[in-house]
This record gives sequence, structure tokens and C-alpha cells, in this order.
Amino acid sequence: MSYAISVNGQVHHVEDDGQTPLLWVLRDTLKLTGTKYGCGVAQCGACTVHVDGTPTRSCTLPLEVAASARITTIESIEGVEAQAIRGAWVARDVPQCGFCQSGQIMSAVALLRTLKTPTDRDIDVAMSGNICRCATYNRIRAAIHDAAAQLGTAR
Amino acid sequence: MTRRRMILGGSLIGGALIVGYTATHPMQVAGAILQGGGSDPEPSAFGPFVRIGSDGWVTVVNKQQEMGQGIHAGIAAMVAEELDADWDRVRVIEARNNFRAYGLQMTAGSNAIASNWDAMRNAGAAARAMFVAAAAHRWNVSSQSIEVRDGVVSHPGSNQSATFADLLEDASRQTPPQSPTLKQPKDYRLIGTDRVHRKDSLAKSTGAVIYTQDIQRPDMLVAMVAHSPRFGGTLARFDASDALKVKDVVDVFAIETGVAVVAKTTFAARRGRDALRIEWNDGEAEMRSTPELIEYYHQIAAGRGDLEPSDFGTKGENPGAPFDGDVVEFAFDFPYLAHAPMETLDCVAQVEGWNVSITSGAHLATLDQVMAAIAARTIPGKVDLEVVPAGGSFGRRGIMSSDYLVECVRIAKRIQGRPIKLIWSREDEMMSGYYRPMSHHRVWVQMGADAFPARWRVHSVCQALTPIGPNFQATEGITNSPYFSTASTVDGKIFSPSFPVVVGFWRSVGAAHTAFVMEHVIDQLARRADRDPAAYRRTLYEKAGDLRRIRVLDELCGKAGWGSPLEAGWARGLAIAEAFGTIVGQVAEVRLVDGRPIVRRVVAVVDCGIAVAPDQIAAQMEGGIGFGLSAALYGAMTLKDGIVQETNFDSHPVLRMNEMPAVETHIIKSTSRPTGMGEPGVPPIAPAVANAMLALTGSPTKSLPFLSGNALSNSDVSSQS
Repeated sequence: MSYAISVNGQVHHVEDDGQTPLLWVLRDTLKLTGTKYGCGVAQCGACTVHVDGTPTRSCTLPLEVAASARITTIESIEGVEAQAIRGAWVARDVPQCGFCQSGQIMSAVALLRTLKTPTDRDIDVAMSGNICRCATYNRIRAAIHDAAAQLGTAR
Repeated sequence: MTRRRMILGGSLIGGALIVGYTATHPMQVAGAILQGGGSDPEPSAFGPFVRIGSDGWVTVVNKQQEMGQGIHAGIAAMVAEELDADWDRVRVIEARNNFRAYGLQMTAGSNAIASNWDAMRNAGAAARAMFVAAAAHRWNVSSQSIEVRDGVVSHPGSNQSATFADLLEDASRQTPPQSPTLKQPKDYRLIGTDRVHRKDSLAKSTGAVIYTQDIQRPDMLVAMVAHSPRFGGTLARFDASDALKVKDVVDVFAIETGVAVVAKTTFAARRGRDALRIEWNDGEAEMRSTPELIEYYHQIAAGRGDLEPSDFGTKGENPGAPFDGDVVEFAFDFPYLAHAPMETLDCVAQVEGWNVSITSGAHLATLDQVMAAIAARTIPGKVDLEVVPAGGSFGRRGIMSSDYLVECVRIAKRIQGRPIKLIWSREDEMMSGYYRPMSHHRVWVQMGADAFPARWRVHSVCQALTPIGPNFQATEGITNSPYFSTASTVDGKIFSPSFPVVVGFWRSVGAAHTAFVMEHVIDQLARRADRDPAAYRRTLYEKAGDLRRIRVLDELCGKAGWGSPLEAGWARGLAIAEAFGTIVGQVAEVRLVDGRPIVRRVVAVVDCGIAVAPDQIAAQMEGGIGFGLSAALYGAMTLKDGIVQETNFDSHPVLRMNEMPAVETHIIKSTSRPTGMGEPGVPPIAPAVANAMLALTGSPTKSLPFLSGNALSNSDVSSQS
């Protein structure tokens, strides 16, 4: 079946089974490989994308559901929050292997769009769905605080 | 060193000065015969570690594999320091696998920084000397009067200066010195500073880094394989009729490790695999459950099996003689542990006749090349292996059989002429074995009148990590322990049972369980003697003449506030362990909530020789603590009737953000050669937490993980203070 799907501001016409998880449409069909497969059961967060602005695990989201929404992936996440997050990630050398970081950043950007100055507990709640086996958690936390502070100063 | 000079390309615009050196080692001569392929830009007599472009950028070629440990930054810093390059104009690329150019490419045993320390500094220093000689000639001044800083060569006396780019052509005509002069550590401007940043942080923050999973090739097919659910099981028969009906499934066939499904997309391959009907032959398979294996190990340690042990670390006259007097006995059980890197196992391979090309996050690349050649029935020189960053490994991609890579080559050999991307699901990875082996340790200590050990006996049961030779990895960390220093005899015996569950290297290898044995035993002995655990250790280190451990211990006690009061309900636990020549001490601050350890802060001290990249040392300490704490809290791969029960992150919890303690890393100042940091942060954390729990409750820990059964699910975020 054919689906019109809005990804990163562009509409793509995708011929696929409606049950195909969005993750594989992004990776195999649209060649957007920044979004990663890590578990396939919405437990690790490596596949996190924004669906109408909400961080969502694309590995369990069927194409037929995703087709009615606006999808944003790591390749084109933009805006002041995304810029601040990326800058903080680089300044603190957050990534190690880096494989989970697309998902981490998608969750972190969504957090800062909702909460301007998140507390440690807010960060725990927002980020605990994203596993990092390199355990870069402390740097992620610090970088989110850095980005929030930078945005606060800029306002 | 071979004297060579060359400039690549027809012009300086596309050209680059290549500086490196190669040894005429017999292994490399053999490699030159084997490695006819190797499509690096110039597999010349130079090992091309350093390239300097006409734009002035310095490119460092990293022959080690980057799987997160940040070694590329340290390796580049070694070159940049000796070259006096502008760090902001230094980039790092991953070398392809090329034995002739680079020698062995094996990233293991935390050796990347240590093993490249001489080669990379010499490459940088040789290149610097060539620029200096070129400038001296151009300006007609003495080499000694020339300075180099941040990629600029200058002669202060005549106020002349030139960039690397300006001097590139002249420098390329100079002969690299055979033994360039290296800097003294006191003169370092980059090494040991926080200026040594990773070069990949931005690319890893935009989704731009290409891992094996992300490889796209024209005409590529994706493969998944159905493996036996039991270790040692083999394929009896299968019915692919439904699988072949799945849209985009191209082919289904049996291979040595199961049934391969080849499809146009990953999801089609997965669906095709789900539609297979397979019968497995369990005649040779492991059918036992974990409790039976534990009981089997206990029987072995009690001497009731027919397994012949081998000795390790034995000392003194008649160490096997019965103990008498005040004898303390301990027993520990440790589970199988999976690696669970975020990127599951994957590989891209294409086979055409004799020629094999592979792209993979391979960290034993030289071995992988040979194993691929055997699988494809060709010679290693026909195997071209492109190494890409891995989304973690923790040892899983570094196994002797190269299992996943060989599997991909076999599929590609069957398909012929098309690239195959093999993808393992998370379940495939977790059920595949090559685990940190489960182990059982029994320890007896005969105490002396001074309340220190007079005699030690350690009997361990652990599968061997290597197919031949002594099972030394199982006891590294116990063998030669400084805690044997007061003892007249040590009786070490290792029993190495063999059965179909496959085991492998897991970040920090033997120390991942032996550190727990020694550090938790020593705390219990100290408490039994009514001594402070830190002071008790110090006496044993003094007796052993272990000055490095004494320094780490003293620094650790100071930084952690050892002995100072904590709030009610909190306690500190301390542990010190060595792995791969690096000594790490950690103090964990712990409280118990419903029997569950909450770790809020870990103070860590490390002696890893010269600290090349201090911030990456801290990153590895943080990562090692998180990885080790995850295993200590939750890690256990268990079997039921031979089938692994933990198959994904739902049934196998791992440490999450809310459970990560604050980590403070302190590095001991040293002028000794650097040692590694990828693994040594792991071993102390579990015994440090256990020792804190001992301080809180008086009860020792006899097995890991700390949490099992109902307590196994991840703590709710709200339970964290």
C-alpha cells in the first residue's frame, strides 16, 4: 500500500506494508540512518524521533499511524534548543561510541522545548527511556543543564 | 626505520606529505605476502600514520578501532604534540585493515594508547624534523635555532616564519630522521591537558557518523539468521515456504550457524525469519539450567568432579597442606554477563570468486581478516576489510571466532557479487553467548596472630576464554595479588570446565570477577580484625612493596573523605584493582532502600602512567563505573533447559540515567609510559558497593547481581532521591 509520509518537512510516498515500523521506513527506504535500531521493543530509545513534536520510539510505530503525523529526525532537528543541545554535547564531549546519541538528543531537545530550566529529576524522567551502554549519563545531564542555562541567558 | 620520502599526487593541491615508518619485522614481511589487497591510499614502506595536506591540515591515521573509548583523540594528541601541530587543524581517520602498512591491528586489552605511544610520537617528531630541516635550508640558518608551534615554523633570530603548508614541498624532500628526538613530559603543551578533545563529538551529535548498521550500497541485500536457541544445537530441517512468500524476501538457505534469510529490506528479512519453521537437533546441545550449572561448579570446586585443575599463583612450601588454627572461608558465585552494546552485531560483506570485501566495526581486524579468508576459502590478501566505528563492543566484537563477521561472509559467498548486510536483532545478540563466563570461587584464609593472612587457598571454577593454553584470564587479578604479601603459602587452583555455552572477553576480562573476590574478602578480613579496611590494605601493600597502590589508596582516601562521617543510612565502600597495568581505586557512597543499593557518588583515583587525554580518562572512568554498576545491579544471563531467558532490555535491565552516580575522577601524576583506560574503570565498582553494603548491614555479598527475581525490574524514577 502507498503512504504519504511527512519527514523533515518533505512528503515522501512510500510503498510498504502499513505495519512496517517507521524506523525501517526511515532507515531502509528514506536512507535516513541517523535514527538507530537498538532493541526493536521501545526499551532503549536509540530510535527516538519527534512525532508532531513528541519524542517517540520509531521502532514500534507502524507506518500507517506515522503517515498522519509530522515526523522529525536527527538529520533535521533545528531551532534554538537543538543548537544549544548540540553545542553543549560537543563542548562536554558527551558521546563515546555515539550510537545512542541521536535518540538522546531527540529526547533532550523535546525536554528543553517543554521545560526551560529542567531539574535533575525532570531530566531523569525525560531521559530514562534512553539507554547508553557507555554510561555517558552524567555528561548528558550536565550538557542539558548547560544548554538550558545558555538559552536562559540568550532570552 | 626505513628511509623514504615521497609526495603523493601530481600537485600540492591534491598532495600530501606522508610521514611514518615501518619495521622490517618478520611478521610484517609475512604480512606483505598475505596482504596483496589492502586498498589504503598508499600501503608503502611507510606506515602512513601522518598526512599533512597543502591546506595545512594534519590527518592522523588511526590503526586502532574506535568503539567509544576515545583513543583516536589520544593517538592524535601524541602526533600533534611531537609535531607541534595546531590541534584545531588535526583530524583523525580510521585506517583500513592493512597488515603490511600498519602491522597487527588488534584493539584489545586496553592497549591502544600504550601500544602506539612510541610509533605515533616518533611519526610526529620525524615530520617535525623534516619541516625544521626544510626551513633551515630555505632560510640558511641552523636547525637548532628554529622553533615550531601550532603548525608554524619560525626563526626568531631573523623574524621569518612559514606554515606547514608553505614548507610542504621542501619538507617532503627531506629524509626523516631515524631516531627523532622526543620531548620530555615536562615540555608537553597538549598531552595531559584538557585541550585534548574528541574529534568526533559533533558528527556523533548530528547522526552523521556511519556505523556498520548504516552502510548503504547499490544492490545491497539484508540478511538475518535464525540461530539455534540452544548452545551447541544444530539445524535438523527447515521449511522456508512461508518465509519465501514474504514480500521482498529474496532467498532462504541453510548455513553453518542456522538458516539465513536474505531480503531487500531489514524488516522483510525479520518477517521472513519469523515465518520460518525450523527443527533443531539438540543431541549435542547444552540442556541444563543455571541452578544445575551452579551446583556443577560447586561440586567441581569441592573436588568431586573428574576435572584436573591447574595451579596458578602458588607460593611457598607445600601450599596444598591442610590449614589449621583460625581459618576463614568464603564462596562466591558470579553469573554469565552479556555485552549488549547499543549497536547489535552487524557486518557488510561482498564475495566475488576469490575476492572478499568487508565493512565492519572490527576491533580484532587482523584476526577477522584471516577468519574471513578461511570462511571464504581464499587467502587473507584477497580480503579487504574497511574498519568503521562501532556502536560499542565491550569485547563482543573482539572474539577469536569472529562469529558474526564469518557468518556474513558465508552468506555473501553463497549470494556472490552482491553486498550483504547482516543484521542481528537484540535478541540474537543477547542469546548468542560469548558471555563473561560464570564462575565460582572458594577462598580459605588461615589467619596469623597479627590478624593478617598467613596462608591463602583459592580454588576457582571458570570456563577458559581461549581454546588453547592455560586459563590465565580467569584468575588474573588473583594471581600475584598484593594481598598474598603476608602469607607463607598460596594454593591457587583453577578448574576449567568445557561445555557448549560459549564465553568471551568482556570489558576488563578476568578482573571483572576476580577484583570482587579479592576486594570483598579483604574488607571482611579487615572488619573481622577490627581494622579500618583502608589501613588494613595499606599494610598489605607496604609488605608487598606496592608503591603504586599505596599512592592510589592515599589519594583516594583523601579525595573521598574516607573516615569522615556521612549522613545516617549512608556508608562508603572502597576497592582497588589493577587491570592491564592500570590501577584504579574507587570509593562508593551507598545507602539501602528496601535492600536495594542506591549509589549516589563514586570518587575514583587512577594511575595510568602519563595521562595523554585526561578528559577521556575521566570519560572512561564514568563509563566503566556505569557499565560495572549495571552488571553488579542487574547483570545475569540465565539458562532454563539450555535456553537463555534474558533476551532484550525488558527482561535484561541495564543502568539508566536515574541510577547513575556522580563520578569524580582524580589522576595520579606520573612520568611512566601510559597504560590503558578502556577497561580498568570497571572492576572496582561492584566490590566497592558490596563493601559499603557490608559496612551498612554487616552482611557480606556472596553472589552477583545484587538484585534478582522480583527486584530485577529497573527502579522507578520516583524511588531515586
